[in-house]
Amino acid sequence: MVTGSNRPLSPHLQIYRLPLAALLSITHRISGVVLSLGLILLIAALFSVAGSGAFYSAIHAFLNTILGQVFLLLWLFALFLHFCHGIRHLIWDTVSAFDRSTLTRHSLWELGLAVLLTLISWIIV
Amino acid sequence: MVQFNLPPHSRIKPGKTWPAPEDAKNLLTVRVYRWDPEVPDNPRLDTFQLDRDRCGAMVLDALIRIKNQIDPSLTFRRSCREGVCGSCAMNINGRNALACTKAIEDCGETLTIHPLPHQSVIKDLVTDMTHFYAQYASVQPWLKTLTPAPADRERLQSPEERALLDDLYDCILCACCSTACPSYWWNSDRYLGPAALLQAWRWIADSRDEATGERLDSLEDPFKLYRCHTIMNCTDTCPKGLNPAKAIAEIKKLLALRRE
Repeated sequence: MVTGSNRPLSPHLQIYRLPLAALLSITHRISGVVLSLGLILLIAALFSVAGSGAFYSAIHAFLNTILGQVFLLLWLFALFLHFCHGIRHLIWDTVSAFDRSTLTRHSLWELGLAVLLTLISWIIV
Repeated sequence: MVQFNLPPHSRIKPGKTWPAPEDAKNLLTVRVYRWDPEVPDNPRLDTFQLDRDRCGAMVLDALIRIKNQIDPSLTFRRSCREGVCGSCAMNINGRNALACTKAIEDCGETLTIHPLPHQSVIKDLVTDMTHFYAQYASVQPWLKTLTPAPADRERLQSPEERALLDDLYDCILCACCSTACPSYWWNSDRYLGPAALLQAWRWIADSRDEATGERLDSLEDPFKLYRCHTIMNCTDTCPKGLNPAKAIAEIKKLLALRRE
């Protein structure tokens, strides 16, 4: 008699082809973590404004390097991705926009809007 | 608990490649997950070659042809072959589906078939459904009433009230949705999963049922219901075109309104 404990677990993440909506769902969570980590830098920057000039110029210099700029752009993108998916969650909470045929279309809108908002704020600021 | 990797004894090894039929002009490659409880080894992925011209239209036809012509030990559940019984649910090219209603033509050049994801494998494509059925039973899927039934007729419903049950009662419990859900993969010990929750909503939505409060009480739980994060894999994969994610949202909404 073979007991249950010998039985293998069937593959899951390894083989499942995640739809776009599912990828955005995990991105929502990851972008939340990115935003929290980015806040540490933001707070450091705010402290530097209030504090010593040397600290401020160090932060300022870092944010003006290519690495700093990429960092800012990614943080901004994470912000708007998180924002757009958050709005979608609010709509879902009213039991709307669940139609299967619209899932991927809404996901593309969401992505497009996040990119657009990121670019607009990047250009303005 | 979140466990991204498969446990060592569950990792898939390369399997046997069976020779192609000699006179075939139009070949179909089918890769199938194999595990035999009587052989103490890891699961493997076997490769079969079929003559497309002598195989039926559906993925189930390909599996039956393999079992009849090449390897009779290949094990899978099937019964109605028309999407009604829910036995042949499996993962086909990365998405869960019923093998009997999935056309080979829609799957590209190669078929890759695994059992339903994150389940305990009994043999080949057959998984243990005990826990899934127990979760279904836990939502008490039957009519519960307090008032006595009318003496001279059934408990009646208006056509509108009956229409509310469309796309809910049609669930065949194939488990495609629950086993497509990452939340269910990580928390199936406590999260009921989309299939059981769709059925929970089916009885809440029934105008004749008088246990709505009791049903909502039992669902108001951080794990049973609220592990649903609207990932939408359930709705995306349902072979009957039902919408478990929407049913779950209905339950959440009703619970929110009840708190007011």
